[in-house]
Amino acid sequence: MVVLAGVSVIVFALVHLVPGDPVRLALGTRFSQETYDALRERSGLDQPLVQQFVSWLGSALTGDLGVSFRSGDTVASLIGERLPATITLAFASILVALAIAVPLGTISALRPRSLVDRVATVFSQFGISVPEFWMSIVLILVFAGTLGWLPSGGYVPLTEDPAGWLQRLILPAVVTGVVSGSVITRFVRSSVLEALGADHVRTAQAKGLSSRQVFTGHVLRNALLPLVTVTGVQLAYLLSGVVVVEIVFSWPGLGQLALQSVQARDYPVLQGAILLFAVVFLVINLVVDLLYTAIDPRIRR
Amino acid sequence: MTAPVLEVEDLRVRLRTPRGPADVVNGLSYRVGAGETVAVVGESGSGKSVSVLALLGLLPAGIATVTGRALLQGEDLLTMAPERLRQVRGPGAGMVFQDPMTSLNPVLTIGRQIVEGIRAHGDVDKAAARRRAAELLGEVGLPDPVGALDRYPHELSGGMRQRVVIAIALSNSPALLVADEATTALDVTVQAQIIDLVEKLQAERGTGVVWITHDLGVVAGIADRVLVMYGGRCVEDGTVDDVLENPVHPYTRGLLGALPDLARPAVGGVVPDLATVPGVPPAPTDLPAGCVFWPRCPVRGDARCETEQPPLAVIGSADVRLPHRAATWCTDRTSGTESPAGGFR
Repeated sequence: MVVLAGVSVIVFALVHLVPGDPVRLALGTRFSQETYDALRERSGLDQPLVQQFVSWLGSALTGDLGVSFRSGDTVASLIGERLPATITLAFASILVALAIAVPLGTISALRPRSLVDRVATVFSQFGISVPEFWMSIVLILVFAGTLGWLPSGGYVPLTEDPAGWLQRLILPAVVTGVVSGSVITRFVRSSVLEALGADHVRTAQAKGLSSRQVFTGHVLRNALLPLVTVTGVQLAYLLSGVVVVEIVFSWPGLGQLALQSVQARDYPVLQGAILLFAVVFLVINLVVDLLYTAIDPRIRR
Repeated sequence: MTAPVLEVEDLRVRLRTPRGPADVVNGLSYRVGAGETVAVVGESGSGKSVSVLALLGLLPAGIATVTGRALLQGEDLLTMAPERLRQVRGPGAGMVFQDPMTSLNPVLTIGRQIVEGIRAHGDVDKAAARRRAAELLGEVGLPDPVGALDRYPHELSGGMRQRVVIAIALSNSPALLVADEATTALDVTVQAQIIDLVEKLQAERGTGVVWITHDLGVVAGIADRVLVMYGGRCVEDGTVDDVLENPVHPYTRGLLGALPDLARPAVGGVVPDLATVPGVPPAPTDLPAGCVFWPRCPVRGDARCETEQPPLAVIGSADVRLPHRAATWCTDRTSGTESPAGGFR
């Protein structure tokens, strides 16, 4: 709660510090001073900043995030429209990322300097350094262009067209999944290596457990904590919208919404979106902490 | 004499290191009879721990090359198939590790960690294995053994954790117990309790024990035989009496001389400085050509010490069951000249 209060102050200040006049941008190039003043008054922008903040915070606390300057829709409904697409892409990407990172990182930790380990190193270098837009465009060219297997972008809700939903989800999820996955792979590799080197693993071997028992019972579980942390961070990042991928694949997510509202100086939408991102980070941190206590008895009290 | 529980012959361990191959254990041979305790002593880096980890195949694969023979009840541990080795770990040889703070898995309960060891070696149902685990914890002197099953390692003190590690090592009634600095991390009273416990179990079950330590006081208390290691070699071995009362190798003498002597009072309020063995053990990547102790030896003599490796030769009578042996060139020169500092027995 304290964090949220702080975030709301910072969000408000930053948004209003961005140069540019939302009213001017909304009206276009030809307008009279009267129209300008009227719109300014209606949006409450003629009030002192502190008062604007107090009234925004007051209504935000009751769940009313205000109305978009640009479209006149409520901020809540604008965000609500984008939320399913963002959530879909974020969770699909995390699944792709974990499906790549956990086996790859584990095997490369178990067999250092093996072929798999080298592949994993190249993969994570690739995922971290290759720009998302480039990867997206290459995938579109290959799979949507040359091969014609998948659509090049767009989004349909699962309830309307499950097959189309899946087809359109694959490419953007692969791009963001590869990026997150390459970060997670490195974490998995190092945490499995660390868990393998722990003294208690030797105790487990000395008991005469099979290598599979040693691995699942004594290595994997201890390597889980760093994995949970990094997965949480990646998920929070994905849920805050992946602007570049959303634009390339015309994916109607929160990242695009935030970008558009920055461009239009649409203060209420921008503030609403950033506040939501802050809430997402807080909730994910809470979930990560809860998982910690479930995994590691030393944290329980 | 019955067949030995463990018979180690010419054990050699070479580790791959960034600075080239390191010869950590160089031709170690010893035997452990049933009910017998062999103490392996030497300072840090002398190859003690590596030599026993090598026996049970617990050194990281790909880094260590182990050669020689290590017969556990007649079967060679070093050439054993992995599945057979797994079966032997536990019932054949139990191992107690050095640091009780890290040798238990922090995220699993004590009970689970003992039970899985029992169930790895026999078709025992969970409830029976739990009862056996509680029994074991009782035997090693843990208060409230049944309650302890559901506790996590961090809820127990170091001494209690070490008892748990011992309980795990004993859970399959091993023929051989290997204790690697098992009491080094513990305070003296707990150390004494643990030693008593091992001796009691040894008397009851006829377990052979390899006790690695650098604490000569513990050696005097627990061992039948002593093996002094230096630079990966056995430099002196024999019965406790022979080695501690009449050490031959300059290194053994140095070790014994470095013991604080409580019987000798401070002179004029001044506590005499502890004697030390100056220098550090040789790097295993760069062992001396001759006697391994030569660079630090206080009585080193002719060129032979520097260039020719002394064999492990019998001192005194070779007819006794356990001859006293030492690997040094200077037996003739120094034997019987000076008796070492006492006070440890």
